[in-house]
Amino acid sequence: MAEPHALRLEGVSKWFGGLRAVDSVELAVRPGERRALIGPNGAGKTTLFNLIAGVLPVSAGRITLFGDDVTRLAQHRRAALGLTRTFQITNLFPSLTVLDNVRLAAQALTPAKFSMLRPLGRFTELEAGARRALAAVGLEDRAATTVRHLSHGEQRQLEIALALAGKPRVLLLDEPAAGLSHAEARLMTALLQRLDPAITLLIIEHDMDIALEVAQHVTVLHYGKVIADGTREAVKADPMVREIYLGA
Amino acid sequence: MRERRGIVIGLVAVVVAAGVAPLLSAYPLTLLTQAAIVAVLAMSLDVLLGYTGLPSLGHAAYFGVAAYAVGILTTDHQRGFLVCLLVGLGLATLTAAVFGLLAIRATGTYFLMITLALGMVVWGLAFRWVSMTKGDNGIAGVPRPDLGGPWNLTAPLPFFYFVLAGALLAWALLGLLVRSSFGLTLMGIRESESRMRALGYNVWLHKYLAFILSGFFAGFAGVFWAYYNGFVSPVDVQLVTSVETLLMVALGGPGTLAGPALGAALIVFLKNFVSVYTKRWLLILGAVYIGVILFAPRGVLGAFRRER
Repeated sequence: MAEPHALRLEGVSKWFGGLRAVDSVELAVRPGERRALIGPNGAGKTTLFNLIAGVLPVSAGRITLFGDDVTRLAQHRRAALGLTRTFQITNLFPSLTVLDNVRLAAQALTPAKFSMLRPLGRFTELEAGARRALAAVGLEDRAATTVRHLSHGEQRQLEIALALAGKPRVLLLDEPAAGLSHAEARLMTALLQRLDPAITLLIIEHDMDIALEVAQHVTVLHYGKVIADGTREAVKADPMVREIYLGA
Repeated sequence: MRERRGIVIGLVAVVVAAGVAPLLSAYPLTLLTQAAIVAVLAMSLDVLLGYTGLPSLGHAAYFGVAAYAVGILTTDHQRGFLVCLLVGLGLATLTAAVFGLLAIRATGTYFLMITLALGMVVWGLAFRWVSMTKGDNGIAGVPRPDLGGPWNLTAPLPFFYFVLAGALLAWALLGLLVRSSFGLTLMGIRESESRMRALGYNVWLHKYLAFILSGFFAGFAGVFWAYYNGFVSPVDVQLVTSVETLLMVALGGPGTLAGPALGAALIVFLKNFVSVYTKRWLLILGAVYIGVILFAPRGVLGAFRRER
C-alpha cells in the first residue's frame, strides 16, 4: 500500500440500545475517488456519515483519514484534517448574507477566525476565496442576498459552496439533490461532476441516477450492513441489490 | 444597511445628549449619566444574547463584582481611579472566565438557569460576606475621582462627559468586535452550531471567549456605576438588575449594538418618570415588554430593519 486510503473504516459499528444502526462496516476510499453510498430508507447511511464526521461517537471500530486515526477526534478537529460534510436537511446561516456564509467556511481553518478588531473586508484573500467558491456553484450574483431569501435550489448550491470554501480533501455529501426538481437535480449533477478531481467524494444519494452518474464506485448499505461494494456495473448487476434496492 | 442606520441613530443620540447636558438641571442630568452607564451594560449583554444567541440571566454578577471592587478599594484603601478601573475590570473578567467554564456547556433554557444560579451566588456573597461587602447596608461614600487638572469629576457635568466618553469607547470597541471575523463566528454560532462544527470551528471556545469579553464590558459599566451612585449594595447584583438588562436588549433590538443602548436609555427614563406617579412601575415595564414581544419581536431598532 504505497499511499494510504483517503478514508478507511474498519469494523465501524453504532448501536442505539439494542438497535444496530451501523453494523461492522468496512469501507476503503482511495484519494480522488468518487464513491456513492446507497441503500433504502433506514439503512443507516446518515448515521454512518455522522460517525465519519464525528457528530456521533462510534460504538466499535476504527476510522482513519489519510492514514491518521481520527476515531476519537472531535468534529472540528476532523474538519481541520480536511474532512467536510454537507447536510441532507439544509443547514446554513439563514439571517446572514450569502457571502458571509461562505466567508465563515473560508476562514474556519485560518487564524483569522480569532481576529477581533480588524474589519471583515480587510481579509481580501479570504473574501476572494469565498467568492471563488460562490462562482464554482454559480451563486456569485447572489453574494449580498440574505440566505433565507434564496430559493431551495440555491440553498442546496450554497450547501456545496460552504463545503468547497474550506478546501476539503474529503467531502461527504448527504443527499445533495434532496428536494430538488428534476431540472435542478440535473444542474446539481453537472456541478458535482465539475468538482476538483483531487477531492475525494463520498455521496449519499437517494436518486440512483444521480448517484451512478457522479460515482464510479458504489457501496450498498442495508440494515446497517454493507451488502455490496464495487463498480457501478457490478453493483447494478448484483442480484441481491436488484432485489432489495432496485426492486426489479 | 441596517448597521449604518444603527450607528447614525446612536451618534445622533450621543451628540444631542452631549449638547443638551449643560442646559439640564441636576435630576435629568443624573438620569442621562445613568442611561449612558447602563447602555454599556446592555451592549455587553447583547454580545451574548443578540450576537451569539446565549440568553444570560446573570449579567449583574460581572457588573456588580466590578462595582464592589471600586467600592471597597476607594473606601477602605483610598485607591485612585486607575487602580480601581484595572482591578474592577480584572475581577469582572475573571468572574466571567470562571462562570463561563460552568455555563457554556449548556444551551437555551439550561444556560439561562445556570447563569441565573451563578448570578445568585454573587448576590449571596454580597449579602452575606459582611466583613468585605458590609452586607445589606452596602458600601456608602464612594468618592468620584479627581484625575487632576481640569479633570475633577466630582461635579455632575464633567462626570457625565467622562461617562459619555467611556460609553463611546465601549461602543466603538464592541462595534469593531461584532464586525470582525470573530464577530461573524459568533453570529454563525447563533444561526447554526452544528454547521459551525462541521466547518471546523471549536464552538465551545468561541462561546467562551464571547462570554469573557461580555463580562469584561459589563465590568466596565460596573466601575462607572460605583462612581456614579457613590454607593454599592446587593441591589446592584440582584436578579432584577439582570432581568432589566435582558429587557433593555430585547426592547432595543438584539443583534444591534445601538438598539440595546437606546433600550437602556428608554428603560432608565421610563422607570424614573413612571415611578413618580406609581410604585407599581414594574407592572408598566411588564406591559411595555409584552407590547414589544407582540408588535416588534426584534426590538425597537429591529422593527425598522429592512432586508435585501
